[in-house]
Amino acid sequence: MSTYMLILRGTDESNAALMASIGEAMAATRTFIEEMVTAGVLLAAEGLDDPARGVVVDFGGAAPVVTDGPYGETKELFGGYFLLDVASQEEAVEWARRFPAVRGSKIEVRRVAGTDEVPGDGLS
Amino acid sequence: MGTADVEAVWRIESARIVAALTRFTGDFGLAEDAAQEAVAEALVSWRRSSPANPAGWLMATARRRAIDAIRRRSALRERYALLAADAAVDPVAGSLVDEDIDTDRIDDDVLALMFVSCHPVLSPEARVALTLRVVGGLSSEEIARAFLVPVPTVQARITRAKKTIAAARVPFELPPAAERRERLGGVLSVLYVIFTEGSTATSGDRLLRPDVAYEAIRLARTLAALAPDEPEAHGLLALCELTAARFPARTGPDGAPVLLEDQDRQRWDLSAIRRGLAALARASTRGLGPYGLQAAIAATHAAAPSVEATDWDRIVGLYEALGRVAPSPVVDLNRAVAVAMASGPARALAIVDELIAANRLPGSHLVPTVRGELLARLGRRPEARAELELAARLCANQRERSVLLRKAATLG
Repeated sequence: MSTYMLILRGTDESNAALMASIGEAMAATRTFIEEMVTAGVLLAAEGLDDPARGVVVDFGGAAPVVTDGPYGETKELFGGYFLLDVASQEEAVEWARRFPAVRGSKIEVRRVAGTDEVPGDGLS
Repeated sequence: MGTADVEAVWRIESARIVAALTRFTGDFGLAEDAAQEAVAEALVSWRRSSPANPAGWLMATARRRAIDAIRRRSALRERYALLAADAAVDPVAGSLVDEDIDTDRIDDDVLALMFVSCHPVLSPEARVALTLRVVGGLSSEEIARAFLVPVPTVQARITRAKKTIAAARVPFELPPAAERRERLGGVLSVLYVIFTEGSTATSGDRLLRPDVAYEAIRLARTLAALAPDEPEAHGLLALCELTAARFPARTGPDGAPVLLEDQDRQRWDLSAIRRGLAALARASTRGLGPYGLQAAIAATHAAAPSVEATDWDRIVGLYEALGRVAPSPVVDLNRAVAVAMASGPARALAIVDELIAANRLPGSHLVPTVRGELLARLGRRPEARAELELAARLCANQRERSVLLRKAATLG
């Protein structure tokens, strides 16, 4: 048993396509969420607001620099996440495959490290 | 696709496939067999090429195997009817596709599946095995590993369970309103048995088997989602989440148990505590039942920064309430422990001695464990030592036994 985060990564194009049919997308996402709830795997889910309203705090220099979005060379934008309690990475991936995604977007599947382990220090 | 990928799809789909096929065929055993055949086929066929829609593939294959089985079993006349219908439009495919779309119906069917798997005609062991198999999607091997029993034993339990359900003509439906609460209690107790096996491994050399506990939590989440108006479904979920929140602190690096008083509370899982408290809030709408009360006790521990700073009076009150709705000697014993913390060991010892006088927990290592602790706190060291040594002799978990013997040794 492990916790995985499905990180939704859209592009400007896929986000525009998503907004064009947002009503259907919301309904499909709700159905997807209900399925995960019924399967007993969903721990949390959030969607992020428009990246244009976000800012970036950049630690590249001596002092942090705050810049407005959008984010220059960033092609893919973190748009939201699902947190799943599943038996295996394969199961997390299988849920990701089922997400009613817009063409061009991606989902990154990442295991959540336990409180007493160093990230990347092997799977348990 | 590899074995792990097939298993992943199977875990997600098994309950819905078995539920839909049982609804269609009216034969739970046949549905389960057909679903097993489908997953066995997937293990072979997906290695060569993965289907575009693995879930649909499993459902379609299981459906075909169910049709094959019906054809083999049916009388000749029935077989003609089925084949004739099949030539026009496959009635099986039609009905299943419709049900696939109707998610409410599928949800009710999965809930009905839980009621069948936990049916009172089955032995407790069969209920556990069947629930893990058909609702949880575990293989016989996984169930055997979880409960430390041989694989053939699990297979025999499942086979016998299917025969028992068929012989008793258990209908595939949600229990009628009059029976529903009681039957739900049966489902809850099966999930709780699975959870306690994982959280206090009754035998073996490990104290915790978190994977087993996790299966129970997952099933409890499913039940709470399918029966959202049942407070005790949320109560059980809250109890499981809040208990599991302590798992990271319950064993040391060498796997030895760490007692509540010595646990590093920083290691308790805050997200699990938050989920547990949310479930407890949903369980509290109409007064707490037995699981809700146990969850409230766990929540009181979760809210305390240390053993000393715990609201022990509240815990004593909750155990008293629990003793009223679900009387049990184990509850009395736990109440004694809480009383010791709230008002000292002498009053607690009186409760334990009453239990012993009534011989209400014969052979349990818990009674001498608690009595030994209380005697030690009262400074009656030789008696305390004898009690702890008796507890060690009665305890089946090797990890717990060594803790008891260590403690007895310190009493010199």
